[in-house]
Amino acid sequence: MTSGPETRAEFLSKPHGFTTRVLDSDILHSFKQSKLTMVAAFVTLAFIIGAAFAPWIAPHNPFDMASIDLMDSLLPPAWEEGGDSRFPLGTDDQGRDILSGILYGARASLAVGFASVLFAATLGITLGLAAGYLGGTFGTIVMRIADIQLTFPSILIALLIDGVVHGLFEGVSRADTAYWVLIVSIGLSFWVQYARTVRASTMVERNKEYVQAARLIGIPPGLIMLRHVLPNVMGPVLVIATINLAVAIILEATLSFLGVGMPSTQPSLGTLIDIGQDFLFSGEWWITIFPGFALAALVLAVNLLGDWLRDALNPKLR
Amino acid sequence: MTAFIIRRLLQAVLVMLVVALIAFLMFRFVGDPINQMVGIETTPEQREALRVRLGLRDPILVQLARFIWNAAQFNFGTSYQFKQPVSEMILQRMPATLELSMVSAIFALIVGIPMGVYTGIRREAWLSKLFLTVSLVGISLPPFLIGILLIFIFAVNLQILPSFGRGQVVDLGFWSTGLLTVSGLKALILPAITLGLFQLTLIMRLVRSEMLEVLRTDYIKFARARGLTERAVNFGHALKNTMIPVITVTGLQLGSIIAFAIITETVFQWPGMGLLFLQSVQNVDIPIMAAYLMLIAFLFVVINLIVDILYTVVDPRVRLDGGAAV
Amino acid sequence: MAFRKLAVAAGLTVALGMATSAQAETFKYAFQGELKGLDPYSLNETFSLGTLGNVYEGLTRRGPELEIQPALAESWEVVEPTRWRFHLRKGVKFHNGNDFTADDVVFSADRVRSQESDLKTRIGADVKVEKVDDYTVDFVLPGPNPILHYEWDTWGIMDKEWAEENDTVKVMSASDESPSYAGLHANGTGPFKITGHETGVKTTFEENKDWWDYGNKKFNIDSVELTPIGSDATRVAALLSGELDMVYPVPVQDIQRVDGNDGTRALTGPELRTIFLGMDQMRDELLYSNVKGKNPFKDPKVRMAFYQAIDMEAIKQKIMRGLATPSALMISPFQFALSDQFERFPYDPEAAKKLLVEAGYPDGFEVTMDCPNDRYVNDEAICQAVVSMLAKIGVTVDLNAQPKAKYFAKVLQSNGFDTSFYLLGWTPGSFDSWNILSNIIHCRSEEGSEAPFNLGGYCNPKVDEITAKVLVENDPDKRNEMIAEAFKIHMDEVGHIPLHQQGLAWGVADDVELAQRADNTLMFYHVNKN
Repeated sequence: MTSGPETRAEFLSKPHGFTTRVLDSDILHSFKQSKLTMVAAFVTLAFIIGAAFAPWIAPHNPFDMASIDLMDSLLPPAWEEGGDSRFPLGTDDQGRDILSGILYGARASLAVGFASVLFAATLGITLGLAAGYLGGTFGTIVMRIADIQLTFPSILIALLIDGVVHGLFEGVSRADTAYWVLIVSIGLSFWVQYARTVRASTMVERNKEYVQAARLIGIPPGLIMLRHVLPNVMGPVLVIATINLAVAIILEATLSFLGVGMPSTQPSLGTLIDIGQDFLFSGEWWITIFPGFALAALVLAVNLLGDWLRDALNPKLR
Repeated sequence: MTAFIIRRLLQAVLVMLVVALIAFLMFRFVGDPINQMVGIETTPEQREALRVRLGLRDPILVQLARFIWNAAQFNFGTSYQFKQPVSEMILQRMPATLELSMVSAIFALIVGIPMGVYTGIRREAWLSKLFLTVSLVGISLPPFLIGILLIFIFAVNLQILPSFGRGQVVDLGFWSTGLLTVSGLKALILPAITLGLFQLTLIMRLVRSEMLEVLRTDYIKFARARGLTERAVNFGHALKNTMIPVITVTGLQLGSIIAFAIITETVFQWPGMGLLFLQSVQNVDIPIMAAYLMLIAFLFVVINLIVDILYTVVDPRVRLDGGAAV
Repeated sequence: MAFRKLAVAAGLTVALGMATSAQAETFKYAFQGELKGLDPYSLNETFSLGTLGNVYEGLTRRGPELEIQPALAESWEVVEPTRWRFHLRKGVKFHNGNDFTADDVVFSADRVRSQESDLKTRIGADVKVEKVDDYTVDFVLPGPNPILHYEWDTWGIMDKEWAEENDTVKVMSASDESPSYAGLHANGTGPFKITGHETGVKTTFEENKDWWDYGNKKFNIDSVELTPIGSDATRVAALLSGELDMVYPVPVQDIQRVDGNDGTRALTGPELRTIFLGMDQMRDELLYSNVKGKNPFKDPKVRMAFYQAIDMEAIKQKIMRGLATPSALMISPFQFALSDQFERFPYDPEAAKKLLVEAGYPDGFEVTMDCPNDRYVNDEAICQAVVSMLAKIGVTVDLNAQPKAKYFAKVLQSNGFDTSFYLLGWTPGSFDSWNILSNIIHCRSEEGSEAPFNLGGYCNPKVDEITAKVLVENDPDKRNEMIAEAFKIHMDEVGHIPLHQQGLAWGVADDVELAQRADNTLMFYHVNKN
């Protein structure tokens, strides 16, 4: 890290972007070295593609109520006795195709996951930068809010927000609000991590000579922070974000169990598992095991990616 | 130092007040408690009368002031559904939750630290990779499913462990414990594993990465150069250095363990505060919800305060918050 | 010091453990919800009342087939149409040793009608209760009422002296600052005493050897342990693993598993609760629909279309796994003698589509449906199935399934009947049709002071007229004819869409014998453990 004084022109012309750092580094090399990481990346990508193109890939549309026939319910996977080739992985208690359910469910899970991480990261980075740079009363207030935030674990937040939303918007059905409730409540439980990381980094950088120098030559504080601090924290932020994505997906599933997840008419993977667990003892294992397996595979892949990313971006470990 | 602690104490009080405000505001919007308190055939007039008697028709500010004044004295009134003082009920349920949380935290530490050390020292060993991957599987399934699968295997199929409850508890007067009877200990195993699995993974990975960092420091290199055995270096020096963050993180996680116990307690019908809280959410039993939230907030604030103070003691480089703003 | 206390406690545990294993007559069971309190007047809910019915007894009780039997009253007679005389059983003692007399009945009648009681409907406010002598009580009515005593099996008689001594005459209300004595202690005349009650955790009972009917007792258990287990999977697991002797309810899909398992069996039977759909027919425009300016549900054709679009046979087979009785009426056939005159309209999606065209909705319309998801057997699954069946005739239903607390808070009178289309279940507490006519089918006033559970506001003055006559008719045959007439009108106009009577499913260990009552109540005096 250079810390000598720079001229304004030098500062502005130098590439500080994250991409350059990635390309400069041997991250790509480390990626190619680890087979496990490549598999994880492949699985993650497959899920993202499957989810994004679910309407075109899935054999059925599980959200189209008119296409669901109760008489098709509880069919086992196609290869089992009594299975039906129309439903390769069997059907659930309403007659929904499990395979289509998983594709659409992954779509819901990933959408909630990405959106909540994005929400948390945006909120956390902004507040962290501001708190770290401005410090003082503002910084203290932000960090106290962070403390309060930590006081409310995600589960409690979701239960509370869900309740408030339904109190405020009476008559709005679960289906319409569930996404937003989940994104906000999961996102709210994550932002503190970003804020703390970014704030710590900002506070270290703030006192470095180059920042003082940049300020002396009249570069606006916002720009300094953006150009200098952000690239420095991008690594840890990306690692946190990846791990958070995995946690968010699990959290959404957990909230389904508590009754505040995605509604059963628009199931996520978690909702499918929760519906299916009622049928675990009665022998209709496919309703919960396949979505469970899909969820585990997805989360595991994302976690492995996060792991690799952490090691790869940590220069000390290279 | 004293000034710092006093300032943090004041901040803690402020935090509690804000939590109380948020809790109160949210509860204004969660369902109608009256429906849960009376049977379905109760007439509208009777319902309205009850609403007035409960103070639900008073001005909001009056209700808020009453709430905070009472909360400060740990008086959260009487549960709507059980008609018992809430503070008493929470205190009755607390031992169950705290025992479960502590045991699962200890489980996570006892299993997680050695695994972390091993994977840190032998980065390339296949066992390390196995540990890392398996531990990831543990956090890749939603905890409720893990709990149900454990019940399915160990209670229903093998019939060696109980599927619900705390087993036989011994009442010590102020504390009812399941740690003194065989059935109580057996009942703890499945819930503690379910609850501790996530923390185990977390601790293992934390220890691993701390070990990796420490092992690269000059301090360890010197130790090696001095001719100390590998064992002495790893455990005497390196592990010792990783313990501070591990203990801090575990401390901070304790609060979330207690909160996540909600799920474990629901799956295993563990008679703790989390189960009580979830039931009270379903029944819109506002006094219990309020008390539980405030208690969790209180635990968190206290743990945070202790961690903060420890930090400044251990690492003087950390600037006291708000002390020196530029 | 602490150690000694601990050692004593541990010793006690061992002793207790041995005692129970030697006799092995503790009956352990679990129910899905918890016993909220011990005061028999504080909550009008089947499970609470049923469980406390083992401790507190009424003047009457109901047998295994729900027949009314004498209990604390040996006999009764209607002296005049408005005066009923009850002859009380002599030599009955409360658990604390006090004698049971007419004073206790008068006291209990006052207490059950007091401000805080949740059981005020047991006796009308204008009924006078007169003590004739120590063992005779008269009830003086403002008008004839043939079903006066139908709900008295769940009106447990309390000891006047005990209540006064312990300052618990008043029923506890939630706004009280201190807990009431009767909420945490029990003193009845029944076959079982409560020996321990940890709210929401465990309640323990012990047999009452001084019970007046102990000589004829048909049970062999001497203690009972009740644990609430909310999670379906855990509850079933606890039975399958042999930890419990009985659990209920068993989810319908697990019945086979419980039956197939060594050492357990499933007991199933019809329940009295009727599950039905209701539609807002009162507002001029639906709150939750894309049809503006008019209310499609005001047209009986639309209601009939909905009725005929629903395949009850599929719901019975697939969702209820056979454990349901599709119903043409809003009441169980066990509670209405003439119910075999009624038959459901056939399932016919083609006819339903035609009806929608005739009503002016060839492309269907959109409406939101409110549904509880933790109240009735597979409630949310039924609603989902209804949604998909209606989709096939072009009606798009937005399903709003919520936990019961939120559901009831939204749709009931307290929130202004905020629903357009809903699923509800109803068990007439009196086991009688009048309860349904007056609560659900009777015209509802705007604010709900009359027929507060007619959420959709179905209204036909003719039906109301008949309902009024039913109340005072003492001749059973004439009365049944009148009820049938009212039900016929309601059915032809599709005032509601009755779906089915859901089934009861209990899981029982093989070494336990017990009677399953159709009101889903377990009486310990029917339990035998070998």
